[in-house]
Amino acid sequence: METEFEVLRAPLVVEFPFTRSLGPVQSAFLTGLRERTVLGVRTTDGKVLVPPVEYDPATADELRDLVEVAPTGTVTTWAWNPEPRRGQPLATPFAWVLVRLDGADTALLHALDAPGPDAVRTGMRVRIRWAAERTGAITDIACLEPETEKGPQTPRQVSAHSGVFEGEAAVAGIIAHARLDYTYSPGRAQSQYIHALSGRRTVGERCPACRKVYVPPRGACPTCGVATEEQVEVGPRGTVTTFCIVNIKARNLDIDVPYVYAHIALDGADLALHARIAGIPYDQVRMGLRVEPVWSEDARFPDHYRPTGEPDADYDTYKELL
Amino acid sequence: MNRDVAIVAFGQTGHRRACDELSEVEMLMPVLHEVLAATGLKTSDIGFTCSGSSDYLAGRAFSFTMALDGVGAWPPISESHVEMDGAWALYEAWVKLQTGDADTALVYAYGKSSPGSVRDVLTRQLDPYYVAPLWPDSVALAALQAQALIDAGETDEPALAGVAARSRDAAHANSHAQLRGPVPHGDYLVRPLRTGDCPPIGDGAAAVVLAAGERARELCGRPAWIRGVDHRIEPHGLGVRDLTDSPSTRLAAERAGAFVRPVDTAELHAPFTSQEVVLCRALRLGDDVTVNPSGGALAANPVMAAGLIRLGEAAARIHRGTSDRALAHATSGPCLQQNLVAVLEGDPR
Repeated sequence: METEFEVLRAPLVVEFPFTRSLGPVQSAFLTGLRERTVLGVRTTDGKVLVPPVEYDPATADELRDLVEVAPTGTVTTWAWNPEPRRGQPLATPFAWVLVRLDGADTALLHALDAPGPDAVRTGMRVRIRWAAERTGAITDIACLEPETEKGPQTPRQVSAHSGVFEGEAAVAGIIAHARLDYTYSPGRAQSQYIHALSGRRTVGERCPACRKVYVPPRGACPTCGVATEEQVEVGPRGTVTTFCIVNIKARNLDIDVPYVYAHIALDGADLALHARIAGIPYDQVRMGLRVEPVWSEDARFPDHYRPTGEPDADYDTYKELL
Repeated sequence: MNRDVAIVAFGQTGHRRACDELSEVEMLMPVLHEVLAATGLKTSDIGFTCSGSSDYLAGRAFSFTMALDGVGAWPPISESHVEMDGAWALYEAWVKLQTGDADTALVYAYGKSSPGSVRDVLTRQLDPYYVAPLWPDSVALAALQAQALIDAGETDEPALAGVAARSRDAAHANSHAQLRGPVPHGDYLVRPLRTGDCPPIGDGAAAVVLAAGERARELCGRPAWIRGVDHRIEPHGLGVRDLTDSPSTRLAAERAGAFVRPVDTAELHAPFTSQEVVLCRALRLGDDVTVNPSGGALAANPVMAAGLIRLGEAAARIHRGTSDRALAHATSGPCLQQNLVAVLEGDPR
């Protein structure tokens, strides 16, 4: 497909810390990791699940019967990761492994620090390497490492555990950090709109079916479901269709309150856009007020709108745009 | 007693590595228009609209509401969205038609993986307590499954390469595919999976129209009747599951009636070569079944749409008369965690 405009691109980072509370079993498990102890949970039919869950995956029974398993185990499957990615447990090439710890019936996912893929095989014996600083998280296990000494090959007997540890309080929650990086492109209609704005022009798009002009355009008429392609310059002047008075100061926004935020129908547009109104006391802003954009030096969009001094627009001229 | 419901139209984009010049709705709209034109329906004729997508892929909040602009949702329409592959949106629409509330449905799905890093994005769907903090990417998890399969003697690396080659060879006949013809099998991405064992990353969209009873016959020369459809999920804990098998696929297939009579075609949503091996075994597909004549997800894998495309491709073969009874499968989650199976049939010729 031919592209007749410059595709805009900008980095976009979506970052969010989720604060998650833990159930009693998860809390005991993560508290245990902090104390260098691995806990599992016993199901009604006697299986030991590691990592432990609150409810039996097979029967949905509530599980509370905690047991301690060994920090050693056997690899049940593996995959060699030659290029570690951000956030992964090791920065050097490593093997992802599922490991059945001695005493457990299920496997735990983690990283295995090994010199190369030839040093890894299913069935190999490994042991936990604990992180130097532990906070009560799955990353308290720094990784697994090959077991050098010949350990016991028979599953170690598990022992019951209360789930209670001396010292610091039990871990009640985790903060799960997430960060995803994107390169954002707004698409054809919005790219053209933004290009026009950099020349201080506001350009909407007309629906070929209902003839309405949308500003800002998004490429489709939301009522007809067809592509809008005919570009129409609108404004620069417009009419306040409705407004509100903002009394709460926004963080990182250097605007004195109270101020007015309004819906503005630019002349020629069939959809109101929203912007701040200034250059008039807040309590004198009214429906029908005629306004024009005020551009600041480097901005690629109007800083705010101010009164033009024209007589107010007749209600009938904008009532369909409310 | 089930109502007879059929897929009566299917459309998809030409899937590409990136379509930066289009927003999601701009990418989707031509496909919506294609299926509406094929049936002669207008948005206002459609009884129910349902879509599948994920905002995480492109990092655009509420992109699915923007996508609705391409439908023309005025006067207000009966509409729903699932944060899942569009195959599950089709399932919801099928249920809606079963209730008798609607006679036609528009189902669509889209995914733009190009703005982000889909391997990392997909880690965010994992267990947030024990798994997501380790950021195991989608290829790594599939590689653990592949190694388990190799250890069990169910496949080996040359056999997996054979699946890749067969898929991309089949895609020669599919003008929408992103990868067609011989593709180097490449280096290990995460061993034992090589680049050739993995799906291409790309942007794309798809849409189908469903219709019930006589309405389906009015709209399509040879409707692809949904004889059965079911979906099943397995525990999320990877270490709890037997990764070499897919009991959820088998159960969904049983419930969909797949084993009542043999199928001639199977469109399987297997983004990784090793997953096709698991699925063929779980579904007991013999050598006489044509598997992924479209090239499957190894030829084009627009995430969130690739499962719906399997249903669409299977239906399109019935529409064209190249299949009489086809199985379509969609998957979601790591290592085939959740699976949907539908059985489609054409009227006797």
